[in-house]
Amino acid sequence: MSSVETDVAIVGAGPIGLFAVFELGLLDLKAHLIDILDRPGGQLTELYPEKPIYDIPGLPIVTGQELADRLMEQIKPFGATFHLSQMASSLEKLPDGRWKLATDADNEITAKVIVIAAGGGSFVPKRPPIAGIDAYEGKSVHYAVRKMDAFKDKHVLIAGGGDSALDWTLNLAPIAKSLTLVHHRDGFRAAQHSVNRMRELVDAGKVKFQVASVKALHGADGRLEAVTLADADKKEWRHETDAFLPFFGLTIKLGPIAEFGLNLHENLIAVDTAKFESATPGIFAIGDINTYPGKLKLILSGFHEAALMAQAAFHICKPNEKLRFQYTTSSSSLQKKLGVA
Amino acid sequence: MKIRAIDRKGAEHVLEGRDGWSVMEILRDAGLPVAAECGGACACATCHVYVEDGWYGKLPPRSDAEIDMLDMALAVEPNSRLSCQITCKDELDGIKVTIAPE
Repeated sequence: MSSVETDVAIVGAGPIGLFAVFELGLLDLKAHLIDILDRPGGQLTELYPEKPIYDIPGLPIVTGQELADRLMEQIKPFGATFHLSQMASSLEKLPDGRWKLATDADNEITAKVIVIAAGGGSFVPKRPPIAGIDAYEGKSVHYAVRKMDAFKDKHVLIAGGGDSALDWTLNLAPIAKSLTLVHHRDGFRAAQHSVNRMRELVDAGKVKFQVASVKALHGADGRLEAVTLADADKKEWRHETDAFLPFFGLTIKLGPIAEFGLNLHENLIAVDTAKFESATPGIFAIGDINTYPGKLKLILSGFHEAALMAQAAFHICKPNEKLRFQYTTSSSSLQKKLGVA
Repeated sequence: MKIRAIDRKGAEHVLEGRDGWSVMEILRDAGLPVAAECGGACACATCHVYVEDGWYGKLPPRSDAEIDMLDMALAVEPNSRLSCQITCKDELDGIKVTIAPE
């Protein structure tokens, strides 16, 4: 548990949250960022790190990863603090007018301004559409492996065809009592060496692989006893197992922001277009998470929104100071902040 | 061309396809619940549909990128496709798709 105070807390370390650090930094406002992913970049690095983007002004072509890297380089002088692998879980107004933002990793950030730059929400594991699966989650159905020992001498079933499914098949096979991998096809998008190693384990009788998918769960009180598997011809059979680990990557869910008391319209936060402030003074929303007449979900729109938000945030954070509007090209004080003068 | 789209509650929507648009774009434009998180880049598998009534066989085959991405989709069936990878054209008039569960 940690508790920090800052000017601005930014929910979301995607491209817009990152650029907000820059615009705030030029105005001497310090920022902390919270993101559920384990690295900055948001959708850029999680969804399309290798895909080219052609509509960033001045960059005729840039990949998602490159844009995230360049933004990180651009905001480096401002020393923002990142709270990664955690989700902003609650927001509370303090008697002195500031906000206390808590994360699910027990961190508390007290800030004068909150900026929601959360895109579509949090990246969370995809949950297979199997009836009653929620009763088993965290007990015998797991979307991540926290302690490998939990699967020692257990019958383990893994589903999926990506790197996580294959990596955990390889890691858990030596300690599990049995390990079965199921996937909808006899082919994988995972790294070839992992697939080769898995096939070696199958040949050696240490892993069982079946082209099948999980249709139903059987057990009681969260304790799994068996699942129903089915093949492509819809032939079903029962498979005994203690644990089920589905690995189908991540999807975006709004998450706890829905409970922050903001006026949401179809999971979007309505803002004005002068400050990009929500209906709650002191809480701003920029990037894909906001809505206003004419909104376009483009990275460049989010950059613009970040710049205007920062101007408004300045007046909240430094009510007695006059905002001096300057250009980085000509201002030696801005250039000092950027470390180039 | 028309697209017959079945939503997650089983209701059928008849949509007007637009030449050159992807089926995902038509579904999204009609307000149907396809997340299409990556915006049509074949990078997220959240526009997953089942292509019904023999229409599956009339589509160009899945690309390697789509086959890879379907590995991240839930409840994949033999007639699964990513709707961002199906392009509207006259020959597909009447195509029926069911939006996959999320």
